[in-house]
Amino acid sequence: MKELLGRFDNYRSRDRLSGYIWLAPSLLGVSVFYVIPFFIITYYSVIDSPLHGNFVFLDNFISLIDNSAFRLAARNTFSFSMRAVPLAVILSLLIALMLESRIPLKSQFRTFFLSPMLVPVASIVLIWQVLFHPNGAVNELLMILGWAGIDWMQSEHNQLVVVILFLWKNLGFNMILFMASLSNIPRELLETAEVEGAGAIQKFFAIKIRYLSPTLLFVTIFSLINSFRIFREVYLLTGDYPYDGLYFIQHFMNNIFRRLDYQRLAAAAVLMAIVMVIIIATLFIAEHRFGKDVEG
Amino acid sequence: MRRRYFGRTTLFVLALLFSVIFLLPTVLTITNSFMTQSEIFANYGMIFDALRPGVGTYVSDSVTLKLIPDRVTIDQYLTVLFRSPLYLSMIWNSIILVVPIVTLQVGFAAFAAYSFTRFQSKFKNAVFFMYIVLMLMPHQVTIVPNFLVADWLGILGTRWAVIFPGVFAPFSVFLLTKFMRRIPSALIEAAKVDGANEWQIFTRVCLPQCRSALYSIAILVFFDYWNMVELPIVLLDDPEAQPLPVFLSTINANEAGIAFAIAVIYMIPPLLLFLHGEEALVEGITHSGSVKG
Repeated sequence: MKELLGRFDNYRSRDRLSGYIWLAPSLLGVSVFYVIPFFIITYYSVIDSPLHGNFVFLDNFISLIDNSAFRLAARNTFSFSMRAVPLAVILSLLIALMLESRIPLKSQFRTFFLSPMLVPVASIVLIWQVLFHPNGAVNELLMILGWAGIDWMQSEHNQLVVVILFLWKNLGFNMILFMASLSNIPRELLETAEVEGAGAIQKFFAIKIRYLSPTLLFVTIFSLINSFRIFREVYLLTGDYPYDGLYFIQHFMNNIFRRLDYQRLAAAAVLMAIVMVIIIATLFIAEHRFGKDVEG
Repeated sequence: MRRRYFGRTTLFVLALLFSVIFLLPTVLTITNSFMTQSEIFANYGMIFDALRPGVGTYVSDSVTLKLIPDRVTIDQYLTVLFRSPLYLSMIWNSIILVVPIVTLQVGFAAFAAYSFTRFQSKFKNAVFFMYIVLMLMPHQVTIVPNFLVADWLGILGTRWAVIFPGVFAPFSVFLLTKFMRRIPSALIEAAKVDGANEWQIFTRVCLPQCRSALYSIAILVFFDYWNMVELPIVLLDDPEAQPLPVFLSTINANEAGIAFAIAVIYMIPPLLLFLHGEEALVEGITHSGSVKG
């Protein structure tokens, strides 16, 4: 965690009061719009209603977990993240390694791979619908290759369509992070390994992966967070009420916003926050164990 | 030697293949926007019908993906830009939300980052840590607090309900602090020796040093909010006030041709930013992920 906070030793604290004046506008806004209401919803999550204020401990959480729509949303969100995140990490690493090798037009390729980032999802969902329609281009391609066409959006394959959209959108960002990290590996180390007869694969597992581990952690966290944002793409593709496989936690929450069920909203947000903190802490601990020997 | 050459050729072909996949959706959107309305109906009419049953009119039951239009027309663009004010007003909805968010988020972040860089203390570090945790929280968590505050302040349903949480989202603060901490302390010491006060150090040393950082952060924030869906659909009631992405998702068969043209117009601002600031953008991404200092 210390690395994340950056260098502390650059400047010493001098004028405390003046320092807080600089921070005040931002801290005030963050407190009012995020932190204070978050504490209040934590309170809401353990009472029966804001009017009565009876302490009910975990009842709201239990009724949330008992709710079948929530369970469906949680299951879908989990299964989507489990598919999308590893692919987003591995594929972007492979692309970064590919662009590290000596091939022509490298900087053009980088631009191409990064370009989906700038394209608003809303702008390409039309094409996505054309590609993955039952009579669409992807199925035509499958049939040319001798496979049967698939009703993409209305079958259990609909998550795959969204995984592809997710990868299309996010690989470029991850690739840049890996490229930067790869270029920081000491050249001498790789050259020594080469002299001693190490092949590309050995070099990767013996040297590169260790230097990459902080970046791997970061890319994993960013991809995970982005995978929770997939609602955006799904909403643009299918609207408010998607097919079962694409009903995510954000859909569930939008529905309770409509009913203004504060207890349930609060419980969902708090539960999600706890899960996020656990996941992120686990990743940090894993990285700390694994990458210890290369961090200065 | 030969094997290495072969390997490089394979990689190059692979890279070409990937490029086609990465570019195709964008290129198709652009080329399709120059199709005539009737050609779009003939090719894709059915999709819009199936998506929102009963809304569109039945057109055709085959879907043909076309790279090159049979007849090129700019008619759709003329409709969007001149004939029908509705579409431009949707784009304006996006602008009026995104521009204040980007400028104010980066602006407040500059002050906060300066504070985190120049005046460090145990408490400040704890606050900075809180910003990081907050930055890592998905919308599902933060939207509930955003909603409650908007309700209390009586701004729920108005643009302010979207703008305020956007302005105070902690991403810019995090990234800019990381950039500012790279400014050599000698530079600041020198300014101090010359008799500069804090404001002068901030405006004459810190900000000029961070110019490319500010630019790249602004681009990243812009890309994110230009795409926003989650906040507006919960926090704005008025369908007329929704930003363009939300509106585009409700478009039906009758407007299919126009949808492509709007999609392309909507791509232009981020495209220009990207072409102009690709290097800054790459630098920004690099720093957002570099775990050390």
